[in-house]
Amino acid sequence: MAATEQTIKQVNSLGNSEYKYGFSTELDEIKAPKGLSEETVRFISAQKNEPDWMLDWRLNAFKVFNKLPKPNWAKLNIPDIDYQDYYYYSSPKSLKDKPKSLDEIDPEILKTYEKLGIPLKEQKILSGVAVDAVFDSVSVATTYKKQLNDLGIIFCSISEAIQEHPDLVKKYIGSVIPVSDHSFAALNSAVFTDGSFVYIPEGVRCPVELSTYFRINAINTGQFERTLIIADKNSYVSYLEGCTAPMRDENQLHAANVELIALDNAEIKYSTVQNWYPGDREGKGGIYNFVTKRGVCRGNSSKISWTQVETGSAITWKYPSCILQGDNSKGEFYSVAITNNKQQADTGTKMIHLGKNTSSKIISKGISAGKAQNTYRGLVSINSRASNSRNFTQCDSLLIGNKCGAHTVPYIESSNADSIIEHEATTSKINEDQLFYCMQRGLNSEDAVGLIVNGFCKEVLQHLPMEFAVEAQKLVAISLEGSVG
Amino acid sequence: MLKIDNLHVSIEGKQIIKGLNLTINKGEVHALMGPNGSGKSTLSYVLSGKEGYEIDKGAIEYNGKNLLDLDVDERANLGLFLAFQYPMEIPGVQTSFFLKTAINSKRKFLGLPEVDALEFAKLIRSQAEDLGISSEMLKRDLNVNYSGGEKKKQEILQMSILKPDMAILDETDSGLDIDALRIVSEGVNKLRSKQNSFLVITHYQRLLNYIKPDYVHIIADGRIVKSGDFTLALELEEKGYEDISKIAS
Repeated sequence: MAATEQTIKQVNSLGNSEYKYGFSTELDEIKAPKGLSEETVRFISAQKNEPDWMLDWRLNAFKVFNKLPKPNWAKLNIPDIDYQDYYYYSSPKSLKDKPKSLDEIDPEILKTYEKLGIPLKEQKILSGVAVDAVFDSVSVATTYKKQLNDLGIIFCSISEAIQEHPDLVKKYIGSVIPVSDHSFAALNSAVFTDGSFVYIPEGVRCPVELSTYFRINAINTGQFERTLIIADKNSYVSYLEGCTAPMRDENQLHAANVELIALDNAEIKYSTVQNWYPGDREGKGGIYNFVTKRGVCRGNSSKISWTQVETGSAITWKYPSCILQGDNSKGEFYSVAITNNKQQADTGTKMIHLGKNTSSKIISKGISAGKAQNTYRGLVSINSRASNSRNFTQCDSLLIGNKCGAHTVPYIESSNADSIIEHEATTSKINEDQLFYCMQRGLNSEDAVGLIVNGFCKEVLQHLPMEFAVEAQKLVAISLEGSVG
Repeated sequence: MLKIDNLHVSIEGKQIIKGLNLTINKGEVHALMGPNGSGKSTLSYVLSGKEGYEIDKGAIEYNGKNLLDLDVDERANLGLFLAFQYPMEIPGVQTSFFLKTAINSKRKFLGLPEVDALEFAKLIRSQAEDLGISSEMLKRDLNVNYSGGEKKKQEILQMSILKPDMAILDETDSGLDIDALRIVSEGVNKLRSKQNSFLVITHYQRLLNYIKPDYVHIIADGRIVKSGDFTLALELEEKGYEDISKIAS
């Protein structure tokens, strides 16, 4: 098709300009000594002025990490990672003496966020959204803090929470993802740098979206995000994270641990728009995104809902999961994973049914283009005590072109005869007649692909908070630029 | 407006159109009639630029441009519209959103700003009402679970909103009951003006009772074998294709 060829040519001529967050910011940095050692762990803890219990916890995690092998279950080609070749801590010098207000923050950093569309200055902050901005290893600023404080809601960086709310952190950190879970979890526990901490007190419905924006800037630096969200009884919170990084030829490491705890009748809605730099068309550079996200519905009738739009990263390894411990608790997982060029994604969820009458729903949409590989991997496990539990799983894969791959690997374990488990899966190629139809109505080939793929993902995208749904739709279209043909 | 000169088209080495000539001027309505397999739909796909058709010989000029040089979307944005015989379903895409995307694609092509949301809502509502398309229907996914008649009405709605210069109706009457046929035809007639042209492809004379053509052409075996005015359609209805083709050859 002439149109398609032309599109491909145009995109090629653009080079990588389609990743519009690829700029970097020049700043003086404080860095940990290169490489991974006990010294590095101590350095990070000291930079953050942490209490002894936190340092001890990190040191223990580091010991565990040294004993664990790299996880190898995913259908991914992960090059050997030289952990000694990374920096584990990088902070702009200007943030050393905790800026008290935005006026004290280096204008270069504020400019970076503005360029990313995340203004932090009060007069411009996104209405209805409180933002915590994490730049490399440190939190820059958190907006809306006072208003949230008045409701008793704690929304701050994890570093600050360790100082200000040690009892809550001590009680919950590592309670959902044990340090020894797997090697990336242990690594994160040893060297985590920053992330968000959220506590919603009993009976409070958080009136705004809480959001964290992660930015990797420094070269050769790993970012180890640690986020902890606790929703006390009868509370509700919706949280969203966004991620970008500069274009660099070297691979960078992002290994996050996110833990969610929902007590009786509480609900946590957690959304991710992941747009880390995916590498260039030949697969050079890009972020290795090794993420452990797990929530526990500890209380009865609690609910945890994950929504993710994964478009970036060279490698995505990620299984946001729910442990349905309380009776009548609910877990949901809505996922769109798009891989283009040489990207690889192995993502899905685990729904662990422990309580009675628990239910879970999994909707996964995988889109693969270029030479990319996209795998859904999921576990539904129903314990013998989890009577009357239900799961519904739907996995749809869409292929664009004939050099990409889609794989669906569902694991189902049921130890309970009264439970109902349903699994549906489809794989299809993008329909040329649909493309022709849209183009006959004046859409160019990329807009046509964007429209059709957005339609394919609609069931998932409609679960995003409204403020972000439009952005996510655009992102879906942009991620597939140059994929037809 | 449109000038097809000695067009030869094949699909995978098989000749389908074998020397077709047709000129359509501004403001004219042409009907193209012919039996199954005569090349009617192939012509509509070639005009709109679908992949998979080999142009072996001939030329097509559209508003002074070489049509065959233009991409599918360029042709569309230059005012060429095809009402599909089998409109495609697009799951997850709301009908009204699709219409808005289409109209904005054209506006962007013409260097105009995006259509005003309120103005668009008004436009689409009044046009849909005329075609008996409910506002509930506009909220549904495009063509998904539509009946055959509803799909054809949707094509006409898209046409009335995009206001093409040259519209090709590919067997729009097939699968329509008599009421739907009347509504669809009224939709077409309302759009007719001195500024635009239509190529109405059909098997049956029935549609032409509602959309009165200026010219009628009979296509057989990839060629136009006979042209005339409306009376040719009546003659065809009476004698059948076989007879007419014989006379022509």
